Amino acid sequence: MNGATYPHAAGFVAGDRPRIVTSRFEFDDAHSLERYLATDGYKGLQAALAKSPVDVHADVKSATVLGRGGAGFPAGVKWGLTPQAVWPRYLVVNGDESEPGTYKDRLLMEVDPHQLIEGCLIACYAAGLSQCFLYIRGEMAVAQERVATALNEAYAAGYVGKNILGSNFSVDIVLHWGAGAYVVGEETALIESLEGNRGMPRLKPPFFPAAIGLYGMPTIVNNVETLANLPWLMQHGVEAYTAIGTPTSPGTRMVAVSGHVKRPGVYEIVNGTTTFRELLYGDDFCGGIRDDNQLKAFVPGGGSAPWFLPDQLDLPFEAKLVSAEGSMLGSGAVIVMDDTTDVVAAAYTLVRFYAHESCGKCTPCREGAPWLERIMKRLVDGHGTTRDLDQLFEIGQMICPGEFPHPSSERLGLEATPFPFRMTTICFVGPSAYTAVDSALTLFRDEFEAKIVQRTFIPVSVGANQ
Amino acid sequence: MNTTDPATDAGSPPVVPPDPNEVRLTINGSPVVARKGDLVIAAAERVGDYIPRFCYHERMSSVGMCRMCLVDIDTGRGPGLQASCMVTVAPDMVVNTQSQAALKAQESIIEMLLVNHPLDCPVCDKGGECPLQDQAYSHGPGESRFVEEKRHFEKPIAISDLVLLDRERCILCDRCTRFADEVAGDALIHFSSRGNDTQITTFPDEPFASYFSGNTVQICPVGALTAKPYRFKARPWDLDQSESTCTTCAVGCRTVVQSSQDVLLRYQGVDSDPVNWGWLCDRGRFNFEAVNSDDRLGAPLVRVDEELQPTTWNAALARAAELITEAKAVGGAGSIAVIGGARGSNEDAYAWARLAHDVIGTPNVYPQMGDGAQINLLGFDRATIDEAANAATVILMAPDLKEELPVLYLRLRDAAQKRRSRIIEFAQKRSGLSAQAWKTIEYHAGGITEAVAACINDPDIVRQLATGSVVIVAGRANLAEHPREVGNGVIAALQIAPGAKVLPAMRRGNVVGAIEMGLVPGDGGMPVLAIANAAAAGNVECLVLLGCDPLADFPDTDLARRMMAGSPRIIAIDTFLTKSNASADVVLAAAAYGEKSGTTTNIEGRVTTLAAKVTPRGTSRPDWMIAVELAELLGGDLGVSSVDDLTEAIAANIDGFGEATVSALRVARDGVVCHGTLPPATARIVTIDERNNYDYRLVVSRKLYDNAVGTAKSPSLAHLTVASELHMHPLDIERVGSTDGADVKVTSKRASMVFKVVADDSVVRGSAWVPFNQPGPSIGELIDSAEVITDVRVESF
Amino acid sequence: MMARLNEANVVYAKEIIGRYPKARSATIILLHLAQQQDGYVTNEAIKHIGELVGATSAEILGTATFYEMFKFEPVGKYLINICSTMSCALMGADELMHHAEHKLGIKAGSTTPDGLFTLEHAECQAACTEAPCLQVNYRHRYRVTPNDLDALLDDLQNSRLDGEVPPHGTVARVRQHIPSERAVGAVPPDEVNIAPEWMPAPAEAQK
Ligand SMILES: Cc1cc2nc3c(=O)[nH]c(=O)nc-3n(C[C@H](O)[C@H](O)[C@H](O)COP(=O)(O)O)c2cc1C
Ligand code: SF4
Ligand code: FES
Repeated sequence: MNGATYPHAAGFVAGDRPRIVTSRFEFDDAHSLERYLATDGYKGLQAALAKSPVDVHADVKSATVLGRGGAGFPAGVKWGLTPQAVWPRYLVVNGDESEPGTYKDRLLMEVDPHQLIEGCLIACYAAGLSQCFLYIRGEMAVAQERVATALNEAYAAGYVGKNILGSNFSVDIVLHWGAGAYVVGEETALIESLEGNRGMPRLKPPFFPAAIGLYGMPTIVNNVETLANLPWLMQHGVEAYTAIGTPTSPGTRMVAVSGHVKRPGVYEIVNGTTTFRELLYGDDFCGGIRDDNQLKAFVPGGGSAPWFLPDQLDLPFEAKLVSAEGSMLGSGAVIVMDDTTDVVAAAYTLVRFYAHESCGKCTPCREGAPWLERIMKRLVDGHGTTRDLDQLFEIGQMICPGEFPHPSSERLGLEATPFPFRMTTICFVGPSAYTAVDSALTLFRDEFEAKIVQRTFIPVSVGANQ
Repeated sequence: MNTTDPATDAGSPPVVPPDPNEVRLTINGSPVVARKGDLVIAAAERVGDYIPRFCYHERMSSVGMCRMCLVDIDTGRGPGLQASCMVTVAPDMVVNTQSQAALKAQESIIEMLLVNHPLDCPVCDKGGECPLQDQAYSHGPGESRFVEEKRHFEKPIAISDLVLLDRERCILCDRCTRFADEVAGDALIHFSSRGNDTQITTFPDEPFASYFSGNTVQICPVGALTAKPYRFKARPWDLDQSESTCTTCAVGCRTVVQSSQDVLLRYQGVDSDPVNWGWLCDRGRFNFEAVNSDDRLGAPLVRVDEELQPTTWNAALARAAELITEAKAVGGAGSIAVIGGARGSNEDAYAWARLAHDVIGTPNVYPQMGDGAQINLLGFDRATIDEAANAATVILMAPDLKEELPVLYLRLRDAAQKRRSRIIEFAQKRSGLSAQAWKTIEYHAGGITEAVAACINDPDIVRQLATGSVVIVAGRANLAEHPREVGNGVIAALQIAPGAKVLPAMRRGNVVGAIEMGLVPGDGGMPVLAIANAAAAGNVECLVLLGCDPLADFPDTDLARRMMAGSPRIIAIDTFLTKSNASADVVLAAAAYGEKSGTTTNIEGRVTTLAAKVTPRGTSRPDWMIAVELAELLGGDLGVSSVDDLTEAIAANIDGFGEATVSALRVARDGVVCHGTLPPATARIVTIDERNNYDYRLVVSRKLYDNAVGTAKSPSLAHLTVASELHMHPLDIERVGSTDGADVKVTSKRASMVFKVVADDSVVRGSAWVPFNQPGPSIGELIDSAEVITDVRVESF
Repeated sequence: MMARLNEANVVYAKEIIGRYPKARSATIILLHLAQQQDGYVTNEAIKHIGELVGATSAEILGTATFYEMFKFEPVGKYLINICSTMSCALMGADELMHHAEHKLGIKAGSTTPDGLFTLEHAECQAACTEAPCLQVNYRHRYRVTPNDLDALLDDLQNSRLDGEVPPHGTVARVRQHIPSERAVGAVPPDEVNIAPEWMPAPAEAQK
């Protein structure tokens, strides 16, 4: 297999392909200001400051920089959603990376923190954001140290703070860090957390953070990788950026492939064109399934994404096509299961995750996720009943009424049900708790049945109070 | 649409400008006109489509937590399930509360909520009036498929002296916690932990000690929160209830009074939009215990050889009439004084006013105990509570509203919180509202006029006063300061804010009614302090205590004592034996709140009805009936024989009360606002000598819970009184060379006493504050009500 | 008073609070500070933080208990978090956990008698490609074999990693410092209502 790896960037695999956000990864001192400056550092900021904020915003719009946090919403469009004449506006950087399978933002913060800082500055300049809060996941000690060091250097060197590079552009970047709660990655929960509260999502429509966010003010929430794209974009221009990938999915994106492949790792791939097959089997990618086993199924976009089968291998990293096949690209995380995998046990780890991470706000998530978890545990331990299988499905209906997204399958003669689903909860944690269960149950029901012992079921009457 | 409209034909189409605040949408197939900003759940309810809910509460912000209110909402992109408590109406929105998806979702939420609910309804206070139970039947699946072990907690735990929490029953709707934080401003209960382990908790050693804690019990949609005074007392279906008005203070919150087997069991707040929004303070909510107290007088008492002994009404009334007749013979009608009457109904006050003025013929009648404000405070252009809570500026020169008029405090707090109003507070001691006040101007007793006048030099204040309507909330901030200062303050405020309206912050339940009904001095009559001095000098032959306790309530304790001692004949009308009426010659047992119907008048002049829910204790009877009977014995005739007669007589004879007829009040649930014809108070400024800087200016005011019978006779509340201690600013304590918690000698012109001194930075430097009528040394001993202010020397030992 | 924030930390706390438009925003950072000082979050510290940011103790407790990292009683000097979410589970996280339990002689969720190690199940640590992984005081270890784990515990026991792994409570050892001469300062929502200096007039912004 070819493609270089570097101990200081654990997991990253370079290859013969364009690199936008990982361009400095081969340097073990990429995180230092010195190296950063020696490798075009802060050139993008200078290019931006040479233009009017409006023009920079226009560039980001026409480059269609897709959000890398999960929703895939174009950054340029999001910045434009702030209400006219309402000030101040804030930037909140989402560095809470904790979606199962996802590993990229931490790498970007540890290896190339100045690139992120430069990206934040460009965003603040273009969208008129008066203060930036860089929220790093609590459990990332090294990332916090690297970013803190980089910020201290950048302040000292005049890249951050008052009158940046002698211009009238002034903004503070405040390093903030969490304390362990996956749901805080959801942008409205992130804002609650940043306000010092319990990280419980706020209801969005009709008030998205861009309209009413931090302290009730217009707030742009962007993912680390999203912002890390901006320096390169500003330095090399829209054409260079859109020359890579497809019109609807330009540029590159970082994808972490974990699980049963020969070379798990983090790859910066060309957006829109690279297929899952290339990624999993390609020689300068993962190089195939471990021990040359058969591929059983894979999670295409993080723990919240419905599973795919080998049937979907030839799909490219293109949101529309993927959602038509019943899943999402999410946060760029592919988890691979070979044919030795106990899918019930695998799904259980995800249910347990979401049940544990529920914030407790919505009844269906708070009560439903642990309910699913208990049934799945029972099934994994071999104490399940046939009734349990229907029950899993019925609980799923309570969280996500209607047909749940799933891919097409030749083996099962199954038509795809496109993404997304209806939901009774505020955020996606509730539905995500059911996603893996539904995928496993829909695509591998026989494996559940194999684990079942017959037992009868006694309903408990709700009318117990008469 | 009628196209052959003649007007149209005439070529002049009728121009109907569309109301910009109107939003037209469709709910369950029918067109609905809602107002901009309305939530779907509220708009639907208004047109009769009730959407089930648990966390939503119309008086609090929406959180969309329980998900019970999910309905199908189509805003053009096809129907989708949304929480109707979070979505505001939009033009052409199509709402379906009955779609398959919506009904299924609601059913699911119920099943989910019951997953960890103990279903112990048979032993739950809420059983029978429980939204969860009700909606489980109306919107639930009928069976639970949850066969696992439920969540378990130790049950129940006391989160305050009055409220217990059963965490197993809790459905985490965030209502109590939102109330504590948003409405009461006492965020002492909060969620803790996460996800399925989430629970409501208080912090160790910081209980939910809020004056408003009872409201959380009322709004809890399950039986998780229960109130000690009501726990296990009755099942909702045994309760018999009537709407009434709380007369604990003069805000006049609307309530329902509930009883079972002729015993009062519970008061619940009723949402009266102009007044209390459904809230009650704990004192008003729980003091029904006093009505049920064993210490209540059940029969009249007459003094027989030094002992008060129960007797018949004939004997008692005859004796009372005899005492009055004697007094008249000895000293003339004017030697008879009637004080009190601010705790009864309008009808009680009216009957007694007629008895005193017309039948007995004395002008010496007064409703307050020298602890109130001038009666002419009612003569200013009067504001309503709504006007105050919507004014651009509120000028606050009153006692601490949180302590004395708690629900008015909630209304003004809301106004400040939601940025409708800015509060300019004049404070001798920082109050519950200081945190919300835009400006708190500290001053010393006797200095209100200067303090207010000085505001014209503050451009911010001048600018603020010009921004819109101004309401002055005025009352007796300091019992150690002459009541006249209240009027002086208002007059000064009207100088800087001409045209401002005034909301009198008077405390005692029906004080406004008593004044308006005529329990005030007649021609040449004396106010209460003059009456007291006359009595002390032996010039009052008969003193009538109409439901009042001067020894407890007179700020000047010594004067009260001398008044009692100097009165050869004392007749009391009361529900309990008190310090004061214990020395009476006749005590006529009065019916209490909840035992008599009638009307009451709140601070804004709002007349509302009182319900008789239980029969009076023993042979006790309403004050008005006693007045009617006494009048007869005295050869007069009030010409009334029922409460309704009196209500009609009031409407007919009291200027400004014409609207408050029996029939009008029966339909007007929020009552009728009536203002009498008193002239406004006039300024009477007496220059006072400078405080010499060894002395401290005394501030005395009330706390919510004190020794008043209503509290003292309510076991659940009695222990909530605070100690009678001297509060001073920490720096002033240092200055007198003492320390927090030490004993100090406090000396006024009157007397010298020992108090424990407490550091309290809410006390303005140079002042010293003592709570009134609390267990411990009586600060009243140091007050001379003839003085404008009381300065005290504080010495450490 | 011990367990409230000490003087040095109060100074730092005030600096942190000053960076935010609203003091309350510093809550989580101050809770970390308290945990750094005492190894866990004490009730006294919660009270103190409430005073510093203007919230009730109940509110601070509510925030603190929402987050995984805050402990309310003492834990070991080294917190060993073994990831057990899908990617790691697929790569043998359970075996690693069993080995750790056996080796330390404790069940996940408890602390060794010598107070040196606390072992915990953890959820996804954003190192999924390096499975199975773990964290010691929130510092990653990748593709951990039972032997690697033994070696790690041995190194920690013999203080060979003191330079790299601070005791539990300290997360990042580097703090951000905003030099006053460079600081723009917190931008409070209520006081600022105009566009920042560098933004063009709204007219141009429209297009
Ligand atoms: C439950 C949940 C967890 C999420 N976690 C993260 C996260 O860890 N990091 C992230 O950047 N976005 C996360 N997101 C997406 C954010 O809500 C938000 O869409 C994103 O940060 C916006 O940035 P972008 O537009 O640059 O992608 C999460 C969303 C949900 C519903
Ligand atoms: S879905 Fe779950 S995690 Fe998301 S807001 Fe609701 S309860 Fe919280
Ligand atoms: S009432 Fe709307 S979510 Fe609870």
